[in-house]
Amino acid sequence: MLIEVRHIHKRFGPVHANDDISLTFPHGRIVGILGENGAGKSTLMKILSGYQSFDSGEILIDGQPVDYRGPLAAIAHGVGMLQQDPLDVAAFTVLENFVYGMPGGLRIPRRAARRRLAELTERLGFALDPEMPIAQLSIGQRQQLEIVRLLALGVKALILDEPTTGISAEQKAILFDALRQLAEHDQMTILLVSHKLEDVIALCHEVAVLRAGRLVGCRAMPATTSELVTMMFGQELPPVDRQSADVSAAPNVLTLDRLHLRGKRVTVADLSLQVKAGEVIGLAGLDGSGQELLLRACAGLLKPLHGRVIVGGEDLTGHPYRDFLRRGVAFSAAGRLEEGLIAGLTLTEHIALVTETGTLVDWERARRRTSDQIARYNVRGRPDSPVETLSGGNQQRLLMALMAEQPVLMALEQPTRGLDVDSSRWIWQQLLARRERGAAILFSSSELDELVTYSHRILVFYAGRVYPVDAARTTIDELGRLIGGHLDGA
Amino acid sequence: MNNELLNTLNSIVANATPLVIASLGETITERAGVVNLSLNGSIILAAMVGFVAALVTNSALVGVLAAMFIGMLVALLVAAAAIELRQDQVAVGFVLTLLAADLAQFLGQSYTRIPGPQILNTPLPLLSDIPVVGPVFFRQTILVYISYALVIGLWYWLFRTRPGLAHRAIGERPAAAFARGTQVNRLRYIYTAAGGALVGLAGAAYSLSVKAGWATPPSMDGDGWIALAIVIFGGWHPFRVVLGAYLFSGLRALATVIQRTPGISIPIVLLNGVPWLLMIITLLLVSSGAIERLLRLLPRQVQGWSRNFLRSDPPAALGTRFEPE
Amino acid sequence: MKSQTLTAQAALTALPIILSLAITALLVMAVGADPREVFTLVWEGAFRDLRAVGQVVNFWIPLTLCSIGLVVTFTAGLWNIGVEGQMILGAVFASWAALTLDLPAPILVPVEILLAMLGGALWALLVGVLKVRLGVHEIFGGVALNALANVIAIYLISGPWQPPEGGSVRATPPFPAPALLPPLSDTFKVSLLALVIVVVAVVGVWLALRGTRWGLQLKATGKNARSAMLLGVPTGRSALSAFIVCGMLAGIAGSYRVLFTYNSLRPGVSGGIGFLGLLVVLLVANRALWAPLVAFAFAAVLGGSARLKIALQLDASLAGVLQGFLVLTALLSNGLRARLAPPTPISMIEEPAPQPIPAEAAHEQ
Repeated sequence: MLIEVRHIHKRFGPVHANDDISLTFPHGRIVGILGENGAGKSTLMKILSGYQSFDSGEILIDGQPVDYRGPLAAIAHGVGMLQQDPLDVAAFTVLENFVYGMPGGLRIPRRAARRRLAELTERLGFALDPEMPIAQLSIGQRQQLEIVRLLALGVKALILDEPTTGISAEQKAILFDALRQLAEHDQMTILLVSHKLEDVIALCHEVAVLRAGRLVGCRAMPATTSELVTMMFGQELPPVDRQSADVSAAPNVLTLDRLHLRGKRVTVADLSLQVKAGEVIGLAGLDGSGQELLLRACAGLLKPLHGRVIVGGEDLTGHPYRDFLRRGVAFSAAGRLEEGLIAGLTLTEHIALVTETGTLVDWERARRRTSDQIARYNVRGRPDSPVETLSGGNQQRLLMALMAEQPVLMALEQPTRGLDVDSSRWIWQQLLARRERGAAILFSSSELDELVTYSHRILVFYAGRVYPVDAARTTIDELGRLIGGHLDGA
Repeated sequence: MNNELLNTLNSIVANATPLVIASLGETITERAGVVNLSLNGSIILAAMVGFVAALVTNSALVGVLAAMFIGMLVALLVAAAAIELRQDQVAVGFVLTLLAADLAQFLGQSYTRIPGPQILNTPLPLLSDIPVVGPVFFRQTILVYISYALVIGLWYWLFRTRPGLAHRAIGERPAAAFARGTQVNRLRYIYTAAGGALVGLAGAAYSLSVKAGWATPPSMDGDGWIALAIVIFGGWHPFRVVLGAYLFSGLRALATVIQRTPGISIPIVLLNGVPWLLMIITLLLVSSGAIERLLRLLPRQVQGWSRNFLRSDPPAALGTRFEPE
Repeated sequence: MKSQTLTAQAALTALPIILSLAITALLVMAVGADPREVFTLVWEGAFRDLRAVGQVVNFWIPLTLCSIGLVVTFTAGLWNIGVEGQMILGAVFASWAALTLDLPAPILVPVEILLAMLGGALWALLVGVLKVRLGVHEIFGGVALNALANVIAIYLISGPWQPPEGGSVRATPPFPAPALLPPLSDTFKVSLLALVIVVVAVVGVWLALRGTRWGLQLKATGKNARSAMLLGVPTGRSALSAFIVCGMLAGIAGSYRVLFTYNSLRPGVSGGIGFLGLLVVLLVANRALWAPLVAFAFAAVLGGSARLKIALQLDASLAGVLQGFLVLTALLSNGLRARLAPPTPISMIEEPAPQPIPAEAAHEQ
């Protein structure tokens, strides 16, 4: 199937998200769509798959102009999209999700659907239990289900949005094999949206690069990383040095003693850890492997079943979150507007909430402080703006502004999730500045290069098991294998 | 088994029926992601309208249909306010529950305490002759038989049919439903209306059968709230909802029996508090996870089969709005 | 363009009032009465003379107390439907003091009011603990506790506190004179003390929500309890404190009903005033100073409707019908207003590419 887009324009208010984009995607090819956050690649793909309308331009399939509204119409034309967070229903089983949306009679044809599911999964090397609830699947498995579902609906072009975020090296290999097979054997058109250069290099036949809403380049692969980076950013980024400070003489700020933690899906047993001032510890693992349990236990948000949490020499086991906060533990969660900021409150009210300590609030002082912090953290917003009007990057900046200046320990869930390279670097500058002042950092991430770059030590989590790795000696490949469960081979 | 016990069990089933119907109606609505908090007022208004319509036309059927229509109307108001006008469903539902009750009292003021048509028991042939089960379950009114059909039908609909998948999906993750071609808001209207019609039917079940007639203050006042609590207790699953309603009705009957037992003297006014204590206790059982823990004691195979039955989480998108694109 | 929107806004503000009056008029006609006659009767019933206004004020006092308390719980994001029960418990506690304590008025009255606050706060705290610690939604906890409060009151009236002449479920014996709140004058029967309490409560809540850390924390808890907790707000304590404050104010409202309006404890002593307070708060949202104004309009309708039954054989529930339609149409026209206003689909804007950060901003620490 040949897909062409011609002169596509899409505006969101003042933002020109897609500015006159024309591209051709031939069948049997895997095309990478590269670009940093906000480059407009997701918008273009949502337009192609019917999730978003566009202002002007046209889409042609096999030379015929098509006009579709809604994702279902796109699927009817043979174009299906796999969202970064697969659009499935957590309360359903695999089979129910597979069947839902397919044409047919009143009754769910369980037997036939089961057969079709088995057929497709087997061909692509996937493994899915039809009776398993979606809530118990990993992101990788949910992606597999979504791909299989789209194939069953007769899709001939597959768009994948950041499919390798949050999945193991093993699952990535299975996914890539399947995609190659679909392109080469079934002659499908495959579009891979990614900001991960190694994925694009490993898989794609050609790439298109977007920057600030415009198409800035197309080329056939192979290409080197630096060539692609130059296309994406217009210049080559200087490499970041690995962290290599000697912290052996520094005092202990956190001691975990034989900790047992129970989450909804995993249990972490018998974890002991000593963290020194100025140390950065990365927590690697698939989503829900136990790393967020550790972070939350360190911040007093999760009570351990057994064991002790000692912060700065003081046993805080079982104490409430506020005691941890008072002892200098700073926690930040992955979802910013859900856990961190308060929609409906202004920037000033946020600052007042964390800085004002008396019975009465001195609003003059709070507004002054807010103006200072806005300037200092380069937040694009006014003291009286409600926080929900800030963009994601600016919300993250505000969260940094709200965080204690001199914490003892920072427990951070995916601190750079959803941010582009520049914004992530800025966040890390802020974090490392606090580290210089003696804070220890525990952070989780699904970006392996981030873990390797910034950590002194890495703890790999797999199904609640914890495996320590020396960050200075490990490689991204090794980390990928460990995350996938090869703990003993390391 | 003695006759008196059978009669008690029979009346437990009969008295539970309006609760069953109303809770199933609310289950339909909430499974689609909409909260219709107006239940208490809706039931009262529908009961009044149903009674008056039946009285005027001398036809219980017309009364039942009128009551269902009223229940549907109120529910559609909640849906329209939430979907079109983006208002808080809880706020609108709360206003409507007060308004509908006052409206019923005002409009029904000249129809209080007068006799009117009633729906009588129609024993089912053959079935009513089964020992024990027959006298308890099959010597009832047609409304009770309808409630049996509703339970099984709703279960089948939700968990065994394709439209049932869409029904559940719009309450769990409307974005996913939309991506699969389900018209989320239109279905929400339909299911809210359907649920409301059943709430209205429950009202008719009071004024034409269980608590026949119309009075101020209305005799069924409060049961709408209990029905809402039963939906939570029932984990949004038709079978568990019915179990909850029967359990509730049974415990109410038990309290009356205890009160009547010689040697135990509890002032009768205190007895009126029993349903509300039960309501708090049942909600505590759900929120503390005790029900789930209890059900987890079942053998593993049964658990796999009854996963939906055991779940106590509300539909994930309950009370939220969805706007395509 | 601008004046056009202004006109539209004004129309949308007036719309609920006109619409609810029109619907009510139609309903009055439906039961065979003349709406003009009814509205005149209600108006005169409320403002005929000083005595009538006094009646209205006697509804306004407890209604404003409940409303202002509910502004506090609404700010904390809580649906304190249990306010009715909190009123009843306040009335019960005050009645206990009035019936059993033999003290001079200057001591007895403050004791009664303090006890009423305690009773209301206890009942509110029960809803709060069920909600905050045990996970039972406050609407259900509140509804159940309302009914239980009613049961308690009826039990006391028909049992331990029944009048010596025996077996009545209508009321306790009248309270002795020192237990009662004195009226301002014979023609304007309103309690001065209660008026002072209302003013203090309204101004106090208004100031507390605007200018104190407690108020800010309540607001944060109401908007997003999870984030507020992570920012260091003791959200559980915050929510409980809102319940307690509202319960205390509702308790005073309940005591006013027994110590002034009825001079005894009777079933249904709250008279639906708590629920009415919820309607008031739905109209005024979190604007504390608006609560007494809207409450006055509601009280006037309530007071004016008192004679409907005697004069026109109409059920007094007409007041509730009018108030219900008013709030319903107000909510709907709010929605309409929001639809007419230009949309700001913030969430749909893809994050714009960030500007490079000036070096001094990044490194300045």
